[in-house]
Parts: sequence; structure tokens; C-alpha cells
Amino acid sequence: MYSEKVLEHFRNPKNVGVIENADGVGTVGNPVCGDLMTMYIKVEDDRIVDIKFQTFGCGAAIATSSMATELAIGKTIEEALQITKQTVADALGGLPPQKMHCSNLAADALKRAIADYLKKQGREDDLKRLGLDNLPEEDEHDDHGELCPM
Amino acid sequence: MPYLDYVAGSPVDDRVVEEMMKYFSHPGNPSSVHSLGLEARNVVEEARNKVSGLINADSSEIVFTSGATEANNLAIIGYAMRNRRKGNHIVVSAIEHISVINSAKFLMKNGFEVDYAPVDRFGKVRLDELESLLRDDTILVSVQHANPEIGTVQEIREIREVVKAALHVDATASLGKIEVDVEKMGADMVTISSNDIYGPRGVGALYLRKGVRVNPIILGGGQESGMRGGTENVPGIAGFGKAAEITKKEWRKESERLKEMRDRLIDGLLEIEETFLNGHPEDRLPNNASVRFSYIEGESILLSMDMEGIQASTGSACTSKTLQPSHVLMAIGLKHEEAHGSVVFSLGRWSRMEDVNYVLEKLPPIIERLRMMSPLYMKKKSGGD
Repeated sequence: MYSEKVLEHFRNPKNVGVIENADGVGTVGNPVCGDLMTMYIKVEDDRIVDIKFQTFGCGAAIATSSMATELAIGKTIEEALQITKQTVADALGGLPPQKMHCSNLAADALKRAIADYLKKQGREDDLKRLGLDNLPEEDEHDDHGELCPM
Repeated sequence: MPYLDYVAGSPVDDRVVEEMMKYFSHPGNPSSVHSLGLEARNVVEEARNKVSGLINADSSEIVFTSGATEANNLAIIGYAMRNRRKGNHIVVSAIEHISVINSAKFLMKNGFEVDYAPVDRFGKVRLDELESLLRDDTILVSVQHANPEIGTVQEIREIREVVKAALHVDATASLGKIEVDVEKMGADMVTISSNDIYGPRGVGALYLRKGVRVNPIILGGGQESGMRGGTENVPGIAGFGKAAEITKKEWRKESERLKEMRDRLIDGLLEIEETFLNGHPEDRLPNNASVRFSYIEGESILLSMDMEGIQASTGSACTSKTLQPSHVLMAIGLKHEEAHGSVVFSLGRWSRMEDVNYVLEKLPPIIERLRMMSPLYMKKKSGGD
């Protein structure tokens, strides 16, 4: 069902953990749906110098989290915002279709972490310019896929 | 390597394979009048005797099908269609196999009324609730003997006492594990499956008590006393017969052996912190250990175990085709997040105590690793400190 690459990232996920005093934190998902993910970033000169994640979820949820952190590290925040669900899935050699929406949340968590960073810096103009000023509240969970039973 | 997923599929016993090999290339059609046809007919009828003998039925009461799913379809849909003029209402338990649930839904779309009998948190059908659902126009009640996912065994005799309508019992999971005696149950229809007693897949049977009538749902040339069309699967049926013969001799002793392993497995699993048993603590199948691990998700547990050579199943939504959590786990009142972390280990004829020990050695670090990745667990831990 999963590609070798997905299984490899599931077996040995990169960047698992928490960054104390992170510059930005983003959480998406819902334990009711079976996937919940938190992304922590450390940023210097608008470049992601460290990134960590914690994920509750299936194999795909864990593998996409790991891959997204690998794709994001070292990138500027603007570059990192180009990372999408599709980018992450492609980098993993594809995901089963039913996992594409429900479990592939890492790009969204990263986006939220970047928004959180900009917010903490009081950079309202950048938030608006990058389209991050209107992200739905975390507890609305409206972005975890149309297939989730909740 | 420990295969603990007998609930999903069982290997075929070598003795059964040997029996089946005799008939794979045999050309005889049991309906033919010539001698080769007669040979094939005799094979089928001998198997029918053995299968009926396992459940204390008469051989004339056995209809061979392509498996438990078809037998359940035939029982629910076939019975309702045949007996429609007697009434329009059927009741099935909330934790029936999906082939029963979907048969009931099919009937609902075709004008029948369906109620689902609720179960308690251990998965036992609540007799008082069942009784209150029964009506004058209730023609059929379907309750499984034991649930493969949580292991709970129902009190069929007590259910029989309150049900005046026809009673169908799905004994797929219980056959060969605990006693399945159609007379003691008082059932009118009983579903059984070959693979669950280490016979081939693609074969099952429906017991139809003498006088109980159903409409066939597979239409053909009148085979199986008109109850199931299509040329009989002779090697498959021969294998089912052999499997029934072996099971009849061995099941009691085997059941004790399984129970010992199951108890050790459950005890060991529950030693892992925040791990809970699903199903009934005593009235459960001797081969079933169903548990849930808080804060983590079943598919990741299965993948991790598979990397250690251990196979099991989960009721997590993340592995189902519909992405819905198991209806059984919902019916016993689990929250979605609890259902996600459920894993069912099922033992069988080739399970050994060293398999159980291996699982108990390998599993705790897997659970620990996934929990260390889980924001739910870390939150709980920091909250608890």
C-alpha cells in the first residue's frame, strides 16, 4: 500500500520532537479523525534553521511529517510556503489516494508555524502579503479532509 | 514469525489440502447422471455429513455457499424476501458482521423496517433493549454468536427465549473455538465458514432448520436443494468437510491451548500503561485479545509490528476503505480516538506460546516509540507532571 520511501520515513522519521522556545508553532488535525500534528520552527533571518514535529496518526501522517521537515529545513519562509501536500506526497513517491487528504497535514502545519512566527514578530503586512492573515482557527479543523467522519 | 491475524485469514491445514488435491482435476459435475458425476456428488454429500456433524445438524439442513458473506446475505435477504407476507420488520445487533449490516440496509432500501439491537460496553446484546424492539410484525432477528473484533460471546439461548421470530446466528468466528450446537442454540439459521476452521477460502454454509424457507439469492440450476444455484465447488466443499472432521475431533483440546495463550497475551498487553481490553473480560473467544492503546493510532502500530514480523488487525478508521472507525468499536461506546488505537490479536492452530512471548517482548518499545512521537501523549505527560 505504501511506497518504500514512505515506509523508510515511517521507520526512521527525521526531526521528531519539540523545540523549546520555538519561534513558530503550528498544529493541525483532530484526534477524533485520527491525525494530529504539531510543527515547531526555529527561524534566523527569515530562514528555517531548525524544525521538529510531533504526530499522532497513521503511517502516512508520520511519514509526511518527516518529509515536510526535511523539505523545509534551510529554506526561507517564503520558499517553505511553496511546500504543498502534493510536493510532500511527490517527494515520498506518492501516497494512496485515501491518505492524500486525511493524513497529509504537514504542509498545513508548516504554514501555520510560519504564520505564528510572523504574528509573534508583529509582521501584519507580511502575513497579509503571504496570504496567512486569514487562516481558520485551530479548533475549527476545517482542513483535515472531506473524508474524515467528523 | 508470529502471525496473530487469524481473524483476517487462516492458513489451510495440510490434511485439508491433501484431501482437496484429489478433486481439483476431477471433471465430475455433481449434477451429472454418469459415474463421474456420481463420484463428485458423493464427495459433496460426504462433506455435507461432516459439516452438519460439527454443528449437530442434519445433513439436509446444510446449504453450501461461497463463504460466510454469502451465507449471511442468503439468511437475511433470502429469509426476508421469502417471508415478507408474515411481516416487514427485522432486528439485527449493532455489532454484526458488515455482510449482515449491509444486507439489512439493502432490505431497508427495499421497504423493510430495520432496528439495531444495542450492546453494552462489553459488547453483549442488551436483552431488555432487544425485547423492546420486537414487534408483532418482526419476522427475523440476527445476532452473531461471537464477535471477531472484540471477542465477546453472546448468550444465544437467552436471546432465543425472548425471540419468537426466526433467529439467525452468525457463528463464523465461534466455530471451532467454542461449542456451536444448533439445537442448543435453538437457532433457525446459522452461518459458518470454512477458512475459520482452517479449510479453504471461498466456501461456507448456511444451516437452515428443517421447515425454514428462504428465497435463493444466487439463481441457477436448482443446486443445493434450490437454495443456491451454480455448480458446486467440489474441491472447496471437500476441503470444508475435511476441516470440519478435524475440528470436531480437536477443538476442545485446542480451545484450552488457545485460552492459555490468550490469557497470557492479554495479561502482558495490559501491563503496558494506558492499555485497555476491548470486549468482555470472561465471555470471550479463546483466541481473541483485543486491546486499545491510548494516544496512538492503530495503523502505525500495525506497520511497526509488521517490521518486527508480527501481524495483527486494527479497527482504526485509517485502515478501513471508508475511513470510518469500526462500527463494532463505536457500538460498545468507544470514542473515535479510542477506536483509532485498537488492535486485535487473534490466535489459531499454529500459534505457539513463544509467539505470544515474542509479541510481549517487541510491543512495549513500539508503543513507547509511537507515543514519544504523539503530541497527545506528550501533552498528557506534561499535564500530569
